[in-house]
Amino acid sequence: MTRDGQEHERMQRLLRQALPPTSNHPRAALQRDLWPAMRQRIEQGSFTVPWFDWALLAALVVWVALFPRAIPVLLYHL
Amino acid sequence: MPALEPATDVLRQFSHGNVDAFESLFRQHQGDVYRWIVRIVRDPAVAEDVTVETFWRIHRAHARFDPSRSFEAWARRIATNAALDHLKSARPETELPDDLPQPALPDPGISQELREKTAQAFGRLPPKLRIAATLAVIEEQPYNEIAEALGISAGAVKLRVFRAVRLLRKDLKRQGIKP
Repeated sequence: MTRDGQEHERMQRLLRQALPPTSNHPRAALQRDLWPAMRQRIEQGSFTVPWFDWALLAALVVWVALFPRAIPVLLYHL
Repeated sequence: MPALEPATDVLRQFSHGNVDAFESLFRQHQGDVYRWIVRIVRDPAVAEDVTVETFWRIHRAHARFDPSRSFEAWARRIATNAALDHLKSARPETELPDDLPQPALPDPGISQELREKTAQAFGRLPPKLRIAATLAVIEEQPYNEIAEALGISAGAVKLRVFRAVRLLRKDLKRQGIKP
C-alpha cells in the first residue's frame, strides 16, 4: 500500500474512534410512533399559503397603489 | 390503522393522494427511515424531526411517485436530501449531543483530546462530503447504497470520501495535530 493509502487508512481508523457507528446505540432505533407529529404537520401544512403567493399579492397591491388608473385594465384581464 | 392490501395497491393509492395509504406506508417505513437519518445526523431528537420532514416531502410529492418502483429507495433518497438540508442549515460547530455512541473498544493509542478534535474538525467539513464519509467510513454502508441515496455514482461517493478524509487531515494539521 502507498504512503497516501496508509495515511488514508489511519485517518479512517481515527474517524471511527472519534465518531463510532450509531448501530449499537440504544436510540439508533425509533423509540416512539411519529404518526401523531406527522398528522399535525399535514394539518398545518394544508392551511399554509406559499410565500410566493404572498409576494405576488404584495406586488399587486403596490402596483395598484402606484397606478390606480390601471385597475380597470386589471379587472378587464381577470 | 388502515388495512390496505396488497402492497402494490397501497403504493398506487398513495400515488393518487390517498391519506390512508400514506399512513400505512408511514407506519411501515418510519423505523427504517429514522435509522437511516440518525446515521447521518447522529442525534436522535434531530433524526425524529428530519423523519417527519422527510415524510412531509414524500406526502407532497405523492404524484411524482411511480408505484412500479421501490418506495424504500425513493424514501431513502428523500431522507438523505432532508438530512443534507439539516446539516447545511445547522451551525457547523454546534455542540454534539451528550448521548453520542462511544467506541466499543477505544484505541489506547488515540487520546480523548484527539478524538474530540477529530469530531469537531469532521463537523466543519462541507455537508456533502460529511454525509458520504459518515455513511461509508463510520457507518460502513455499502457504496452502491450510499450512491443510490445520494443520487450519484459509487465512484463519486469514493471521491467524496477521499476528499473528506484529506480535508480532515489538513484541518488537524493546521491545528498542529499530527494524526
